[in-house]
Amino acid sequence: MAEEKKTARKKIQAGDLMNRIMADYFYGLNEAATTGKRKVAWCTSVGPAELLRTMGFAVHFPENHGAMLGATRMSTDLIPEANAIGYSPDICSYLTADIGSYIKGITPLSKAYKGIESVPKPDVLVYNTNQCRDVQDWFAWYSRKLGVPSIGVTSPKNVNDVTDAHIDDVARQIEALVPALEEISGSKLDMERLRETVSLSRECTELWKKVLETATAAPAPLTFFDGTIHMGPAVVLRGTPEAIDYYKVLLAELEQRIRDGVGAVDEEEARIYWEGMPVWGRLRQHSELFATLKANVIASTYCSSWIFPAFDGRDPFRSMAKAYLELFIVRSDAYKERYIREMLAKFRIDGIIYHDAKTCPYNSNSRYGMPQRLEAATGIPGLVISGDLNDLRCVSDEQTKTNVEAFIEQIAEGR
Amino acid sequence: MSKRVYVGIDIGSSRTKVAVVDAERQILGHAVRKSGTDFSATAAACLDDSLAMAGAARDEIANAVSTGYGRANVAFVARENRTEIGCLANWGRHCFPEAITIIDIGGQDNKIVKLDASGRRTGFKMNRKCAAGTGAFLEEMSLRLDIPLEAMNDLARQSLEMVKLGSYCTVFSATEVLENIRHGKKVTDIVKGIFYSVVKRVLEMDSPTERVVMTGGVVAHNPYIVEMTGEMIGRTVLVPEHPQIAGALGAAYYALEEKGESDG
Repeated sequence: MAEEKKTARKKIQAGDLMNRIMADYFYGLNEAATTGKRKVAWCTSVGPAELLRTMGFAVHFPENHGAMLGATRMSTDLIPEANAIGYSPDICSYLTADIGSYIKGITPLSKAYKGIESVPKPDVLVYNTNQCRDVQDWFAWYSRKLGVPSIGVTSPKNVNDVTDAHIDDVARQIEALVPALEEISGSKLDMERLRETVSLSRECTELWKKVLETATAAPAPLTFFDGTIHMGPAVVLRGTPEAIDYYKVLLAELEQRIRDGVGAVDEEEARIYWEGMPVWGRLRQHSELFATLKANVIASTYCSSWIFPAFDGRDPFRSMAKAYLELFIVRSDAYKERYIREMLAKFRIDGIIYHDAKTCPYNSNSRYGMPQRLEAATGIPGLVISGDLNDLRCVSDEQTKTNVEAFIEQIAEGR
Repeated sequence: MSKRVYVGIDIGSSRTKVAVVDAERQILGHAVRKSGTDFSATAAACLDDSLAMAGAARDEIANAVSTGYGRANVAFVARENRTEIGCLANWGRHCFPEAITIIDIGGQDNKIVKLDASGRRTGFKMNRKCAAGTGAFLEEMSLRLDIPLEAMNDLARQSLEMVKLGSYCTVFSATEVLENIRHGKKVTDIVKGIFYSVVKRVLEMDSPTERVVMTGGVVAHNPYIVEMTGEMIGRTVLVPEHPQIAGALGAAYYALEEKGESDG
């Protein structure tokens, strides 16, 4: 049999620090929930976390838990539990995996962190439908089950330009959450602290952007697959100094790699953009597949979605509203195409892979002709792969492999 | 004087195909067998069949390239890093001096590969993870109707009024077939509907260029599918002499090119 040189993605040393920070975060959440010292809020990934943190809540992000269920491949066994109580296999598999994990009483948190027995019980559920409508339905289930309030923000969709009218609407909705949150937390909102938290989020987001933009170097010092892991603090700890400190360390390591000419993938030949969700249960396989082909997935919409340039401590409510509205997923196809074209140019991309995630239409941008339009406009080839973020029943490994191999082959032939 | 032959092995999910060519890309031998569960043994048996047809011995193999799902399971090749899509393209660029769309219908998947006039691959599509439009769909329908696969072509040609099957899904389509039987529809009309469903599923994957070439095992064994595709797209569809071994031929051409012994 032919010998195949095994190429792996290089380990990022800062990862150990990140693991400690994430452990502290999860233990802190667990302490809040088990001792009652702090109230616990559940928040959607781009919900008003800055407000919740300012008001003293320990903040849990169910989407982060959903991704953990996917990455540990527990999700495919848990999703059917939610299907069986009426939550369709066609809806968000974060939702179905997370509800399934509650029904079965198991969580990857207890496997990863000794002493944690369950997801922290919430005192309030706070959503923003900027991601999708599913998050509201997700929290509604827990609201009924646990008898806790579910409150939130309803965002517009398919927004081309974010206007003052959009910002006014969402800012008012965020402000309207304050009385309920004050009642649950038992303390008044401190506007000065909110300004500080929003400023910290801004700083975190700027550093995260710099981290991702190190991949404009050739060879790129990190991969999309690294990004999906190292975005953890940007997701669950934005608005805290810990996240900022971490990204300073990570950025320094990546900048050193650039100075040393070290790429995350040996002999990087093809530079790929990933559009859509990761397949959480296949991060390692996909990372190795690309590395073996001397291809690096260097940039993505997904990781870049945690860059919020609008945060401004001087105008916290309106800037939060603007940041949450400017999110890629909220925007029109015309905007999304402009955005991706800029990314293709900035990162000098050779090909785009669109992940059509069966249960996540909002993050599957290949369904309305965008790959064809972008390929015609840029000449950069695109490939659509079918899969899912969490439901591995929707993933065909062999088809993915053949498609990716043939795509990288096509890019090489086109040179 | 001993000859130098070039071998392409295409181990598909359903069938293994081997092609043996000389330095002028002339086909000397070829063979097809069910892939089964031991890919390596099947490839070896297929190789022996095709070498016997070529009148060549194993030590006359100058180079061999494998492709397809089982390409890593072939013990006697040095190179197994070509996809079946790449091999189909390589075959197409040597056989057609114009922009073409290759539609390959196999046992488990369909592929559409586009080449420009210079032979450069401009894109490809594979079916989604679904049996609709593949050989597996025809096999399932043949089983449900209790009609041998090889009899379906002639039955479809006798149809006067086709039954349309609407579903994507093989299981749902089977239910539709049974429903039509219950309603007294003719088997000939149902069989034509089954072929129509295959072609529809394939054509909705992409829009073909002017010149269309069809390959693959399903095409080799069901010439009716080619006629129907031609009718549906409104132009003649080209079919090579050996449609089932196009991928294996593309691999054999790579074997030849890698040795630098190609005549171009």
